Amino acid sequence: MRPLTEEETRVMFEKIAKYIGENLQLLVDRPDGTYCFRLHNDRVYYVSEKILKLGANISGDKLVSLGTCFGKFTKTHKFRLHITALDYLAPYAKYKVWIKPGAEQSFLYGNHVLKSGLGRITENTSQYQGVVVYSMADIPLGFGVAAKSTQDCRKVDPMAIVVFHQADIGEYVRHEETLT
Amino acid sequence: MEGQSVEELLAKAEQDEAEKLQRITVHKELELEFDLGNLLASDRNPPTVLRQAGPTPEAELRALARDNTQLLINQLWQLPTERVEEALVARLPEATTRLPREKPLPRPRPLTRWQQFARLKGIRPKKKTNLVWDEVSGQWRRRWGYKRARDDTKEWLIEVPSGADPLEDQFAKRIQAKKERVAKNELNRLRNLARAHKMQLPSAAGMHPTGHQSKEELGRAMQVAKISTASVGRFQERLPKEKAPRGSGKKRKFQPLFGDFAAEKKNQLELLRVMNSKKPQLDVTRATNKQMREEDQEEAAKRRKMSQKGKKKGNRPGPGGKRKGGPPSQKGKRKGSLGGKKPSGLPGLGGKRKGGQHQGGKRRK
Repeated sequence: MRPLTEEETRVMFEKIAKYIGENLQLLVDRPDGTYCFRLHNDRVYYVSEKILKLGANISGDKLVSLGTCFGKFTKTHKFRLHITALDYLAPYAKYKVWIKPGAEQSFLYGNHVLKSGLGRITENTSQYQGVVVYSMADIPLGFGVAAKSTQDCRKVDPMAIVVFHQADIGEYVRHEETLT
Repeated sequence: MEGQSVEELLAKAEQDEAEKLQRITVHKELELEFDLGNLLASDRNPPTVLRQAGPTPEAELRALARDNTQLLINQLWQLPTERVEEALVARLPEATTRLPREKPLPRPRPLTRWQQFARLKGIRPKKKTNLVWDEVSGQWRRRWGYKRARDDTKEWLIEVPSGADPLEDQFAKRIQAKKERVAKNELNRLRNLARAHKMQLPSAAGMHPTGHQSKEELGRAMQVAKISTASVGRFQERLPKEKAPRGSGKKRKFQPLFGDFAAEKKNQLELLRVMNSKKPQLDVTRATNKQMREEDQEEAAKRRKMSQKGKKKGNRPGPGGKRKGGPPSQKGKRKGSLGGKKPSGLPGLGGKRKGGQHQGGKRRK
């Protein structure tokens, strides 16, 4: 377990900032405690200082996870966000997409969101912008990338993809073995 | 009339002269101090004129500068002159102002091993002459260095000493001894240097072959020997099944696990600030309007094309959709047939088009 290097921190912040923008500094600088990012076995964990001190007492090969896993660094040092980060992305999300109840099931199985399943979308979403997907009851279901800007969403035909799926809460069941 | 004009001219001439003199001679309460070697003039007069000037003392400053420069140049004109390549040049005296040091004073270096020993024993350097009389060549030669007086490697006849092996090459022995002395001297010099700069020399601790060295020591010695060439081991051949050494690069250093949390937070916030400042601000309304305009233009161009094609090639059955459906379907599964037959019916084409779009979406991701 070790802290992130400058390069790794930059890559990770750039990825997270795609979803929450400048609200990222609320994650770094919190009024209710010191939280930090630590790297363990290529995965980035967001952990409070108290838990970190406890976790340091466990040997590296026996430690599975601590705090919240935000994502992992791949072999080529790219950062991939996992669904476990949703709890921290959802409250600070800048661009949101609400999907209809009928399309929820499809999204939770890992499919992209079509125009026919789109309920609402925040104004001024640009194309390929990171978005957080909600159900109509404002429950965060996952996150993805907007395939079309808000203007385009109005014009495009109902079978076109509007949000590319990246992670959904169904993964907690489907990818139970790989999530930490 | 003419008399008046002549008088006027004379008066004018007198006025001009007076002004010139006024310009050349400057009156100052305190004389300036000149350092002509540095072309420096120091004015110690109190700057009352400047203080009274108000918010923009530009004109007063300019007048002051002009006066002081005039005085300096007056001084320069009084220096002895000479002619250098068609130019009249004044010879400046020595500079009197001492300029401060550019770099700090050098630190005292630690004594070398010999200096320490000499100090301990109280040995003082004896004054020696540079040249020594060399009997062999019959001339004065240097005490040491190039073409020195007693160079034992340059002797043409060496007697074999009584205890030595008669087949040994005495000349080579002497050259070898000299090389060893030179190497030893160089080593000591580097050691002194390392001690002065408090650096660590790469030590040859385990490199000398004893009879009992472990496998790791031997391996290490072999690695060091391999890279101790001029090209740092790049062209050294390896044995047939020998593998390249792993992990011989620099070891990365990471921050400690519980470092200074406040410093870490500060660094991250700074990084965020830099990242946010670098992002170009997207004017969203302008961007969306631009895009909508582009789309409208595209649609208008398409409509124009359609109407033109309709006019030129007469009435064609089927909408443009059928033609649009053509290429994507051909791109699809055409492994068997040679592209002769097209799939019939619009629904099939529509399906193929959807498939193409999905693929495009996946590819983009």
